[in-house]
Amino acid sequence: MENRTFYNAVLTEHNLHPMYKHDLEDADFTLEGVNPSCGDHITLKLKITDGVITGGAFVGDGCAISQASADMMLELVIGRTQKEAVRLSDIFLRMIKGNASEQEIEELEEASALRDISHMPARVKCAVLGWHTMKEILKEASGTADQ
Amino acid sequence: MADKAADKSMKENRWLLENPYRKDFPIFRSWEGAYLDSAATAQRPACVIQAEQTFYERHNANPLRGFYDLSLEATDCYEKARRAVQEFLHAAHPEEIIFTRNTTESLNLVAYSYGLHNLHAGDEIVVSILEHHSNLLPWQMVSARTGAALRFLECGPDGTVTDEQLSEAITERTKLVAVAQVSNVLGSLMPIEKIVKLAHEQGAAVILDAAQSAPHLPISVQELNVDFLAFSGHKLMGPMGIGVLYGRRELLEKMPPFLTGGEMIASVSRREAVFAPLPQKFEAGTVNAAGAAGLQAAIEYLQDIGFEEIQRREEKLTEYVLRGMEEIPHIHVLGSKKAKEHCGIITFTVDGVHSHDVSSILDTDHVAVRAGHHCAQPLMEYLGVPAAVRASLYLYNTAEDADRFLQSVSTVRRRMGYGE
Repeated sequence: MENRTFYNAVLTEHNLHPMYKHDLEDADFTLEGVNPSCGDHITLKLKITDGVITGGAFVGDGCAISQASADMMLELVIGRTQKEAVRLSDIFLRMIKGNASEQEIEELEEASALRDISHMPARVKCAVLGWHTMKEILKEASGTADQ
Repeated sequence: MADKAADKSMKENRWLLENPYRKDFPIFRSWEGAYLDSAATAQRPACVIQAEQTFYERHNANPLRGFYDLSLEATDCYEKARRAVQEFLHAAHPEEIIFTRNTTESLNLVAYSYGLHNLHAGDEIVVSILEHHSNLLPWQMVSARTGAALRFLECGPDGTVTDEQLSEAITERTKLVAVAQVSNVLGSLMPIEKIVKLAHEQGAAVILDAAQSAPHLPISVQELNVDFLAFSGHKLMGPMGIGVLYGRRELLEKMPPFLTGGEMIASVSRREAVFAPLPQKFEAGTVNAAGAAGLQAAIEYLQDIGFEEIQRREEKLTEYVLRGMEEIPHIHVLGSKKAKEHCGIITFTVDGVHSHDVSSILDTDHVAVRAGHHCAQPLMEYLGVPAAVRASLYLYNTAEDADRFLQSVSTVRRRMGYGE
């Protein structure tokens, strides 16, 4: 009777024991992301120095997918350049739509654990909440850097 | 030990396994899950689907328009359905039955047509904290436009309302009271008789949202003495897109139309129109005659089985599920402990697991439930539960459905990474 779920060990671990779910006092950028239809929300904070994401954290409330996905994302992008983070989030968003190659998915490290969400249309918006929020921040950050 | 108890209760409930109604529902021939979302929409028996099809195959023309036999036949089907609804609600007159698309449209009709024209600054509208958004937002609109104040009838955590709460909410300033007979979250029953008595003493009109009650309880608008009542066809196994507004004739007669256009007029000149009498005044545009025919079939199907039998099954099965849930740690059922006070609705939370995740896990075990705030955010806020899972039963559910649900729920925390 019990069927396999997409709540695999990687996902549940990030949900129950997130590494980056806390406040970040000296953040350079703060942005709230919300899914109004289901009430998931996160507040994402990033530290960016010379085009490199040097720190990040989030607080929020919502389903395991939204919260674990944000945690996986921060684990992946901290220490990388803004440009690299944008490239990886594009891969992630394509993976969720079922349009990423195996090679690309491998680059996402633990975030690849969410690949099965592509078969769960109702949960896509949960998985992408953190990533969209980060892309918004990075857009703003590159705007300020250009000036 | 628990297994033995479950075994015993299973034997007691063996008759629930032999559900004679399930075969009437074609969906269960192709879809093999446990459908526990009937409070959102029920499944339809073959007779309802057939009634809609028969209308289109044999009686289809625009009702109330043509003078040829087929149009008269279509009109006849439509008006027969109206009389079936009249009888179902025990209304005094057929023209007190207005066909709409659903409960939401019925409530909006009353808000726009009655509310905007009868409420003024200084008046009060009373709604209960339990209301579905569709019986709250129209009154927020009326309040904003007329200056009438919106007041809440509070309730206890199990949905019960005390006499003090009633007399505090309903006062000499009250002009309108809008309440659900059964809460779509708790399944609890509102004390309608008391509410009507208090409201009428103050000269206030009572609007009853029967979306969750009409599928489960016999209703007499004359006995309840309500002024308006709304329900949706699709929740009582009728088609989607057909709903009902009952209104007391003397009130409906004085109200202006909600929507204007075709089929609701007596005569039209370049500058003005004389509106048709009831009920056409409130049924602008081509009507959903096939939907009405389907609704009539659903009502007849319900009446053939009888509410007594429906309630007996629902109550037994609810009790079986509630008892099963008591055995599972970290589960909290909202509302009453008594099956009787749930109207087939069991809303619950699982410690540490978001309702959307619970629902996704149940889905992988082919158990269909609803998760979220259930369009009742003020109630959820009052209960301190931002989101919850709702399993809702109807007459076609079996003990097998219940077991599949209980089995799946009992595994949720483990599958979310919690130790035993």
